[in-house]
Amino acid sequence: MSGTWEPVIGLEVHCELKTATKLFCGCRNAFGDEPNTNVCPVCLGLPGSLPVLNEGAVELAMRIGTALHCEIRPSVFHRKNYFYPDMPKDYQVSQYDAPINVGGRLELPDGSTVGIERAHLEEDTGKTGHIGGEGGRIHGAAHSLVDYNRAGVPLVEIVSRPDIFSAAQARLYAGELRAILVASGSSDGRMEEGSMRVDANVSVRPAGRAELGTRCEIKNLNSLHSLARAIEHEIGRQVALIESGERVVQQTRHWDEDQGRTVTLRSKEEAFDYRYFPEPDLVPLSPSADWVADVARSMGPMPADRRRKLTELLGEAAGGRTDQIVGVVEKDLEGLVEAAVAAGIGPALALARTANEASANPDGAREVDPISYVTILRLEQEGLLSATQAKSVLATLLDHGKESAALVAKLGEKGTPAEIAARLGFEALGDDSTARLVSDAVEANPGEWARYLEGEAKLAGFFTGIVMKASKGKANGKVVAAELERLKG
Amino acid sequence: MAGEGSRAGLTREDAAYVARLARIELTEEELGTYARQLAVVLDHAAEIAALDTSGLVPTAHPLPLENVLRPDVVRPSVDREEVLAMAPAVEDQRFRVPRILGEPS
Repeated sequence: MSGTWEPVIGLEVHCELKTATKLFCGCRNAFGDEPNTNVCPVCLGLPGSLPVLNEGAVELAMRIGTALHCEIRPSVFHRKNYFYPDMPKDYQVSQYDAPINVGGRLELPDGSTVGIERAHLEEDTGKTGHIGGEGGRIHGAAHSLVDYNRAGVPLVEIVSRPDIFSAAQARLYAGELRAILVASGSSDGRMEEGSMRVDANVSVRPAGRAELGTRCEIKNLNSLHSLARAIEHEIGRQVALIESGERVVQQTRHWDEDQGRTVTLRSKEEAFDYRYFPEPDLVPLSPSADWVADVARSMGPMPADRRRKLTELLGEAAGGRTDQIVGVVEKDLEGLVEAAVAAGIGPALALARTANEASANPDGAREVDPISYVTILRLEQEGLLSATQAKSVLATLLDHGKESAALVAKLGEKGTPAEIAARLGFEALGDDSTARLVSDAVEANPGEWARYLEGEAKLAGFFTGIVMKASKGKANGKVVAAELERLKG
Repeated sequence: MAGEGSRAGLTREDAAYVARLARIELTEEELGTYARQLAVVLDHAAEIAALDTSGLVPTAHPLPLENVLRPDVVRPSVDREEVLAMAPAVEDQRFRVPRILGEPS
């Protein structure tokens, strides 16, 4: 992309709430049930049926609003009218000009903040399948089949401000929002199952200009990967149009994952006129101050708070390790880092082993005995296990999950860390043997040694690699480094 | 949006637009009739809109109620056979509908 253009992106995220029942009736809210088994007169829109709002859905919507620092306000439901077989009523109940959550923000792991316009309640539509078309697409389909199990499932639509300026940032936003939905217990946030669906509004403008360019809305983004790819592609398409003297036409575009491009769905002129009007069958919703406060009190810390806390704990060691911090919090493993640091393990080592080894087996890591985990880190820190050995022992330990305490206890109920290491079968190579391997490596590579002596410091890694290979990972890197320094004189 | 708000002199085009949104097919004669009738409705709305309501809170609902809620507890759904018996056509336990022209929102 040309550097003279700045993309501006806003995201609309629909998430299905994790309630037991639908938004306006007592039918089950469940994914993957037999078609048309969770339906009743209300969600089928039969004449005379009346909707009654689900208290649980309101509570979860308030949780989302609270997590996003929104103001929770009195709200009103509207009918959004359209003719399409995914809603048997021919309208969808949504919130229009008086949504429950207004104005908020989402802090991203990279330190940027994206404003939240609103997060409102609405009902999901039924699921249509198209028969006879290419790959289940609507074009060329002979007819369609509809399953109304999803019709009436509670959704919250979260609309961001146009505060996102790259595909990568859009991906971070969607990932962070998903983490918040899961952490607040509001939604599964599963894009592949459709419980979280993302649409992107993309425009470009000359860098430095305040005024926004003409935007296109992109639909059918089924993963974070698709989201980033589609935005990247759409930015390129719009820049190419403008640079060739054409203009961007406001329209809705469909992302084609296989072709890797966006195609026109409909233009602004064809945009729907939904004739919103207040839903006469539902009265206004006005959560009391007590209810709002109760919801806020019932919520645990959000990922951004937990990242901040972990960063503070790590102190200087946190610098340049944002990805590891994000990963540890995402996998819910900061307890291991905290236990290790409290026991005197260096913060950098505690974070590295948790972000890599523990995160590679998150289920085992959530069950592992923290004291045993810390014991292995101490063996590594004291040089009794090489890094390679410590990783290997940790992998075994994590595989044992709940039984890890018994494992370590069995191996070394009493004894020094060195004895425990020996019983684990990972006795570190003695310093003498290490020294011999270092001198072997030096003799075998006189050219590299000469260059190392002349000041090519990075060759230390070359020699360390040879020694590690020869010792099958048992040598202690620190001893190797010290020995190289000694030989250098 | 065409036909929105309150103003006298609703045109035939406005009436045709509203009819199209509601998927109602009208003859030329009916279009004239409904355009005149809708104009009367809008004139009435215009009279109300002319009143000074600056000191009033908008009425969201005629009933003086709010927060009518039900607990999030599952209640039995309708038996599928009974549900599908209402459908004009059924295939694979789903409602079968004619070819759809265009995508939804």
